[in-house]
Amino acid sequence: MMSSNQKKLGFIINPVAGLGGRVGLKGSDGKLIQLRARELGATPEAQDRASDALRSLKVSIGDQVELVTYPGEMGENTAANCGYSPVVTGEIESGKTTAADSRRAAQDMLEHGVDLILFTGGDGTARDICEAVGESVPVLGIPAGVKIHSAVFGVNPLSSGELAAEYLKGEIQTLQSLEVMDIDEEAYRKGIISPCLVGYLRVPYQRQLVQARKSPSPASEEGTLQAIALDVIDHMDDSCYIIGPGTTTQPILNALGLKKTLIGVDVVQNRKQVTLDANEETLLQLLENQNAKVVVTPIGGQGFIFGRGNQQISPKVLSKIDPGNIIVISTLEKILSLGGRPLLVDTGDREVDQVLCRYMMVITGYGNRIVYPVKGGRQSRG
Amino acid sequence: MTQDIRNYRITEGKPNLRRFHQARWDEPIIFELNQPGQRGVLLPRAAAEIKEEVGDVLASIPEMMRRKQHPALPEISQAQVLRHYLRLSQENLGADLNVDIGQGTCTMKYNPKVNEQLARLPGIAEIHPLQDEKTVQGILEIMYRFEAVLKEISGMDRFSFQSQAGSQSIYTCAAIMRAYHQANGEADQRDEVITTIFSHPSNAACAKVAGYKVITLYPESNGYPDLDALKAAVSERTAGLMIANPEDTGIFNPYIADFVNVIHEAGGLSFYDQANANGILGITRARDAGFDMCHFNLHKTFATPHGCGGPGGGAAGVSEELAKFLPTPVVGFDGKKYFLDYERPESIGKVRSFYGVAPVVLKAYAWAMSLGADGLREVAEVAVLNNNYLLKKMLEIPGVSAPYAEGKHRIEQVRYSWQELYEDTGISSEDIGLRAADFGLHYWTSHHPFVVPEPNTLEPTESYTKDEIDEYVGVLRKIAEEARTNPDLVKSAPHNSTIHRIDDHDTLDNPEKWAVTWRAYQRKLKQNKNR
Repeated sequence: MMSSNQKKLGFIINPVAGLGGRVGLKGSDGKLIQLRARELGATPEAQDRASDALRSLKVSIGDQVELVTYPGEMGENTAANCGYSPVVTGEIESGKTTAADSRRAAQDMLEHGVDLILFTGGDGTARDICEAVGESVPVLGIPAGVKIHSAVFGVNPLSSGELAAEYLKGEIQTLQSLEVMDIDEEAYRKGIISPCLVGYLRVPYQRQLVQARKSPSPASEEGTLQAIALDVIDHMDDSCYIIGPGTTTQPILNALGLKKTLIGVDVVQNRKQVTLDANEETLLQLLENQNAKVVVTPIGGQGFIFGRGNQQISPKVLSKIDPGNIIVISTLEKILSLGGRPLLVDTGDREVDQVLCRYMMVITGYGNRIVYPVKGGRQSRG
Repeated sequence: MTQDIRNYRITEGKPNLRRFHQARWDEPIIFELNQPGQRGVLLPRAAAEIKEEVGDVLASIPEMMRRKQHPALPEISQAQVLRHYLRLSQENLGADLNVDIGQGTCTMKYNPKVNEQLARLPGIAEIHPLQDEKTVQGILEIMYRFEAVLKEISGMDRFSFQSQAGSQSIYTCAAIMRAYHQANGEADQRDEVITTIFSHPSNAACAKVAGYKVITLYPESNGYPDLDALKAAVSERTAGLMIANPEDTGIFNPYIADFVNVIHEAGGLSFYDQANANGILGITRARDAGFDMCHFNLHKTFATPHGCGGPGGGAAGVSEELAKFLPTPVVGFDGKKYFLDYERPESIGKVRSFYGVAPVVLKAYAWAMSLGADGLREVAEVAVLNNNYLLKKMLEIPGVSAPYAEGKHRIEQVRYSWQELYEDTGISSEDIGLRAADFGLHYWTSHHPFVVPEPNTLEPTESYTKDEIDEYVGVLRKIAEEARTNPDLVKSAPHNSTIHRIDDHDTLDNPEKWAVTWRAYQRKLKQNKNR
C-alpha cells in the first residue's frame, strides 16, 4: 500500500522522438516528417530508451515510488513492462500523438503533484515540457531525440534513471536551472543551424561534476555563482554593461538589486538599470556615444558565447566593442562539461567571429580565471 | 598424498584473484572502553625516604600551571589497548598491507624500516628543537648535508626544511614571490599567479592564501597548454608561474623552459612544484629549466611515510637571488660548527616553528644516501618503466582510456578515464573504487571537479613488483567485466570490506553533525539534547 511519504514520479514518453535521426531527417518535429521517417523504415527508439531508464530507476529505488503517466505509448505500456502499476491519466489518440499531448501530459503531472517529471525525448520534447510547466516542478530528460542541444538530459538512459532515483530518495537535493535549446528543424535540414534558448528547466544536479562529498553542492553552486557576480561587480567602471541571458549572469543583477530578463539581454550602468530585455537596435543606440562591456556565459554542454540565445548582441553590436571588453563568466563545472571542446562563436559575420577567435579569460570564481580558446562555431560542426 | 599448494592459487599458470575478506570488529571508540581505576602499568609507590628527600613535587610547579581536574583520558589496561589498536589496524588498508598503486599522485612507495629504526635512536628521538645548537650538531649536520643533496638534484642554491608539509612549502614559495615583488616595489601591481588545471591543486590554493588572483591554463590535446594560452594570460600584473611538470596526467611539458622564459620576460618568477618528483630524479633539474624556486615533498619522492605514519616534511628551494627571503632560521656551517642563522632581515618570517622536522629529514637523507646519485636516477627509471607497463595493461581493458597525448608514453603516473565504461554500463569510477575494496585494494576517487571524466589516477612508483602490478590490473579488469555482466554486484559493493557504504553523507558534510574529537562529540551531543 502507498505510504503518505511515497514519492510521485511523472513519466512521459514522446513516442515519436528520435524517429527522424537514423534516416537522416535531422529531427522528428511535425506530422509530415514523422510520416516520411516511417516510410524510410524508421522505428521509434523512445520506448527502448525509456525502459532502460525505468529499469535502472527500479534497481535503485524499487517500488518506493508511484508512477503517474499517460496512456499507451506515452508511458503506460513501458511502465507496465518494467513491472510498475502506474496511475494513468489523460487521453491520447494512439499512433497520432503530437506536441500538444506532451504539453498536456506535463500539465496533468503538475496537477497530480508529482515530485519529478521524467520524460523521454529530445530538444523538441524538452521545449514542450518547458512551455507547459517551466520551472514549477523538477524535470529530467531521458535522451532519445535526434537533437540534444539542451542541458536537461542525463548522459544516457541508465544515468537518467539513476539520477531520478537519487533525487527521489533525497540523496540529491540540489536543483539547477539548465538551458532548454531548440533549433528550427526546417532551417537545420537546409544546413542552417540557429538554435535558440527557449527557457530553463529545474533539473536535479548531476553529481559527477560536483564535489558532492567534500562540500554540499547547494552551497558550492550558489556560492560560486555569487562569487563570480561579485568579481564582475567589483571590477565595474562607468561603462555600460550589456548583460547576456542565463542563470550565470542573473546573480550579477540580483546582487545589484536589479531585475534580470532570464532569456533576454539587459543593460546596466553605474549599478543602475538602463534597459530591460534590449534588442539589437536599443543596443546600437546605446553604443553610439559610450563605451560598453559585454558580460556573457557559455551555453552549457555546447559552449556558444555568441550567436545562440543572445542574437540581440549582433555582429553590428560586437563590431563596436573592443574584444578586451568582453567578459565571459562560467562555473568551472560548465567549462569542464565541454570536455575540452572550445568556446564557440557564430554571430553570422565571419569577420566578427574571427576577431573573437582567441584565448579568452573566463571568470570562474572570485579572483579565479581560466584561459580558454574560442573558435568559430560553424566550421566545427560535422 | 601431498598436493601442490600452488594449485589453489593458480589457474592455467596464472594467479587467481585473491579471495579477500576484511576483518570487522565493531570496535568501540577508545573513550567508550574507559573503566575507572584500570591502568596500563602500575608503578611502585615511592619509598618514604625518597618522598621525604624530594618533598612535594607538585609544589614546584607554579599554581597557575597546575591542572584543577584530572585529564579526561580513558582508563584502560595494556592488553585492552593492544587489542583495540590491532583490531582497528585490521579494518584499514594501510601502506604495508595493500598494493597502493591506486593512490596516484601520492607516490606511495616503500618506506624502508631501517630508516624508521634510525629515527627512533635516542640520539634523534630524544632531542628537542629548543636545545642549544651546540648540543644538536648531529641533526644540523644532516640537514646541511641533505640540503647539499637537494641542491644537486634541483640545481637550486638554498633550501629550507621548516615546513611540515608539501603545501606549506608551496605556500613558502608563494610568500617569497610576494616578498620579492614587494622588495621591487611591484607587489600591488603584480597580483596574479598563473597555473595549469592539471598542476598540483595546492599551487592555486597556496597562491590564493598568499593573496593572489589565480589564472588557470587548460591543456591542448597533447596534454599541456599552448604557449599562446600562456602569453594570453601574462601581463604586467603577473607575479609568477606555479606549475607542476609532469602534471597529474603524467605528461611532461617539453616547452617548460619557454614557459619560464615568457614569465621572466614579463617580470614574474617561476615556481616548480615537485611534490612528486619521482619520474625525473637525476634526469631533469628545476634550475636548468630556469625556475627560480621549487619544492619537494619528502614524504612522497624521498620515501618517508605519509601523514598518518608521519609527520610529513617539505623542502623549499630557491635561487641565490631569493635566498634572503627564506624562512628563519636556516642551517649554516662556519667551517667548524653548524649553526642556526637567524640574522635574516628580509626573510618572510616563519611558516612553522623551529627549523625542520628532524626525523623526516634524517629518513630522507638516509634514503638518498643509501641509493647514491645513480640509484636515485634508477628510481626514476624504474618508476617510469613500471608506469608504462601498467599503462599498456590498463588500455587493454575495454572501457578505459588515457585522455591526452594518445599513443605516447607517460612519466610516472596516468590519469585514466572510465567514461566509456560508465556510458555503457552506468558503473562510475567511484563504484569501481568501492568494488576494489572487495579485493583488498585501495583506489582513490576524489578528483573533483572532474576535468577527466570518471577519473582514476594510478602510480606504481619503483616499489611494486611486476606481479603486484599485474594483480592490480587483474582486479580492475575483473571489475570492468562485472560492470557488463553483473552491474548490481558492483553497484552494491563493497561486500567483503569492513564498512559497507556510508549513505548518509550529511553526517560527513555537515559541520553540525560531525565530530573529529571525543570532546567535540560530547559537546555536540549535549547541544542536540538541549534542542
